[in-house]
Amino acid sequence: MPSPVLEVRGLKKHFAVRRGLFGRESAWVKAVDGVDFAIQPGETLGLIGESGCGKTTTSKLILLQETPTAGSIAFEGRDIAGLAGAELMAYRRAVQVVFQDPFSSLSPRMRVRDIIAEPLEIHTDLARAAIDERVGQVLELVGLTRDVAPLFPHEFSGGQRQRVAIARALATDTRLIVLDEPVSALDVSVRAQIINQLEHLQRTLGVSYLFIGHDLATVAHISHRIAVMYLGKIVESADSDALCTRPMHPYTKALFAAALPSHPGDRTESGTIVGEIPSPLSLPTGCRFHPRCPSAMPVCSEVEPSLQRREGAGQVACHLY
Amino acid sequence: MAPVLEVSGLQTHFFTFGGARVVKAVDGVSFSLGDGETLGLVGESGSGKTTTCLSIVGLLPRAARIVGGRVVFEGEDLTRMSQRELRRIRGRRIAVILQDPMASLNPLFTIFRQVAEPAFFHQQMRGRTLRARVQHLLKAVRIPSPEWRMRNYPHQMSGGMRQRIVGAIALAGGPKLVIADEPTTNLDVTIQAQYLDLLKDIQRETGVALIFVTHNLGIVAKMCDRVAVMYAGKIVEQAPVRELFDDPKHPYTRALLGSVPKLGSKEPLYSIAGQPPNPASLPPGCPFHPRCREALPRCASVDPPDFHLGDGSVARCWLLDDAVARP
Repeated sequence: MPSPVLEVRGLKKHFAVRRGLFGRESAWVKAVDGVDFAIQPGETLGLIGESGCGKTTTSKLILLQETPTAGSIAFEGRDIAGLAGAELMAYRRAVQVVFQDPFSSLSPRMRVRDIIAEPLEIHTDLARAAIDERVGQVLELVGLTRDVAPLFPHEFSGGQRQRVAIARALATDTRLIVLDEPVSALDVSVRAQIINQLEHLQRTLGVSYLFIGHDLATVAHISHRIAVMYLGKIVESADSDALCTRPMHPYTKALFAAALPSHPGDRTESGTIVGEIPSPLSLPTGCRFHPRCPSAMPVCSEVEPSLQRREGAGQVACHLY
Repeated sequence: MAPVLEVSGLQTHFFTFGGARVVKAVDGVSFSLGDGETLGLVGESGSGKTTTCLSIVGLLPRAARIVGGRVVFEGEDLTRMSQRELRRIRGRRIAVILQDPMASLNPLFTIFRQVAEPAFFHQQMRGRTLRARVQHLLKAVRIPSPEWRMRNYPHQMSGGMRQRIVGAIALAGGPKLVIADEPTTNLDVTIQAQYLDLLKDIQRETGVALIFVTHNLGIVAKMCDRVAVMYAGKIVEQAPVRELFDDPKHPYTRALLGSVPKLGSKEPLYSIAGQPPNPASLPPGCPFHPRCREALPRCASVDPPDFHLGDGSVARCWLLDDAVARP
C-alpha cells in the first residue's frame, strides 16, 4: 500500500467557552474529539455529517487555520505541527481549499488573472509571462477559456466562479484539495458539471480530495471512502460502495433514511430518528448518539463505544457490533 | 369539483430604468390546484418560481407588475383585489412559508406574539382562548412543552424549531392553501426529513393544498402529487409526479433528472452545458434551445406551444410535435 498523502491521528480541537467579563473557562466545546483518517494519493475521502458535527473544524485544522488541542496531522509522512519558514510554504503550496460560496470566496476587486496568479506570485519565482501562461493552463484545465483572465468575478455565473476557485486551488503544484461543500450553493444543472469536472481533474492530475458535504448522494458519488461524523467523532467509515449498500451504525442508517428518494416510487420509510443534534457544550454520556438512537441499549448511556473493524474494510463505533 | 387555485396565463414583468427595460420574470404560467393536492414548482434560480408565488399573494416588489392573466382563488380573482382586500386573505386562507426562518421571524417578539398574530387579527381571539390556540398550534408542529416554549424568543431555538414555528404561524389562520418557498434549504438532512414528514401529516389532517417551491427533485419525489418545471419564466413541463419521473417529456426535465446523483451509482452525471439564461436577455425561439442536445432548426426561431399528451402531462417542446395529434 502506498503511503498516504495525509494522515490524521487522534485529532482533537476543544474550544473554551468563557462566561462574563474576564470570565474563567467554564466549559469546553469539543468540536473535534479524537478523529483518525488517512487519504491516499489520488483518492477522495468524503466527510459527512450534520451542522455542528465538526467537519468544518477538521478542515480548518488541516489548513492550519486552527491549532489542534491534541493529536497529529502528517502530510506525506511529516508532522505539520511544527512547520515554519520554507517548509510551511511548501505545505501551503501543496494543500489548497475550495469553499462553498464562490460569491464570497473570490475578491470582487480582483481580475480572474490576479486571483489565480496570487498563489503563484507568493509561492514561485516565475516571471510575469510564465505566470500568465500558467493561469491560462489552469483556466483551460477547469473548462474555461484563456480569454476570461482579464474579467472580474461578477461577470461570471455561480458555476463559472466555482471553476475559477478550483483553478486557483490548482495553480500551484497541489496534491490535496479540501472541498468544503463546493456544490451546495450552485444550481442543480450546474452541480453535475462541477462534480464531473472534479472527477476528471482527479483522473488526469492524480490530486487527492477531502470532500466535505451533507448531501449523501453527492458525497457517495464522488468519494472512494466515506467517514461519517457525529458530534466530533467518526462513528463509521468504509468504502463508499460498502457504506451505501450496508450502512451499519444507526446514525448512518438514519442519514440514509432521511435522504430524499430519487424516484416517487421509492418513498423512504420515515421517522427513524427523533430530536435534534445535542449541544456540543453538554455531550451525552456514553455513546453520543444514544439519546436519538432507535436501537439504544442500557450500556450505550454508560460506555462510549470504540471504533471496531466492520466487514467491507471499514470501521464502526457502536455497541451493536 | 372546482379547484382551490387556478392560475391562468399569469404574466409578471419587472420594469426597471423607468420602464426602459422589461424583464419577463413570469411569462404565461398556468396551473391549477385541487383540495389537499401538492404541486411542486421546480426550477433553477431566475426561472420565475418565486415571482409566481409572490404574484399569487400580491406581495411583489415595487418594480414588478402583473400584466396579464388571472389568479382565481376559491372563485375570486386575486389580481383584481386591492391590498386591503388581499390582507383579509393572506395569513388566513392563504399562508406563505419562506426559506429563511430567521428572516421571517421577528427577533424582538416572543414566539407567542408571533404565532398569535393571525388569530388575533383575523379571528379576533383574545386572552385565554388565544393562549390555548397558540399552544394547540405549537403542539401541532411538535414543539415540546409549548406553554413554556411560547415565552421564548426566536434566538433561543434551533433552526429546525424556528422553521416549525413559521409552520405554526402559517397554520394559525386555518388556511386552504399554503405556499412553501424552499422551506428546508437551510436545514440539516435529518431535520429536513422530520419537517417534510410533519408537513405531510398536517396536510393529511387539515386537507390543505400545498405549493412546494424547490429546486430539489428529491423533495418533489417525496412530497408532491403533480410537478410543474419552470424555465425562463415559463412552465416547460407539467405532469403527475410518477409520469414526470418515469417518462419526462421535455429535454430540460430529462437533463435535470439525469444530473442528480443517485445513491450507489458511480456513473458520470448527465450535465447540462451552459448556464441558466439571464431573464433580461432571453434567446429567441425556445429559451432552452442553446443548451438543448436535441434542438431542431425551428427551436431557434419559434417558441413551442404547449403540447398536451395522453398521460396528463403537458410540455412545451417541438420534439413532441409529431407525437401529438393536432385538434
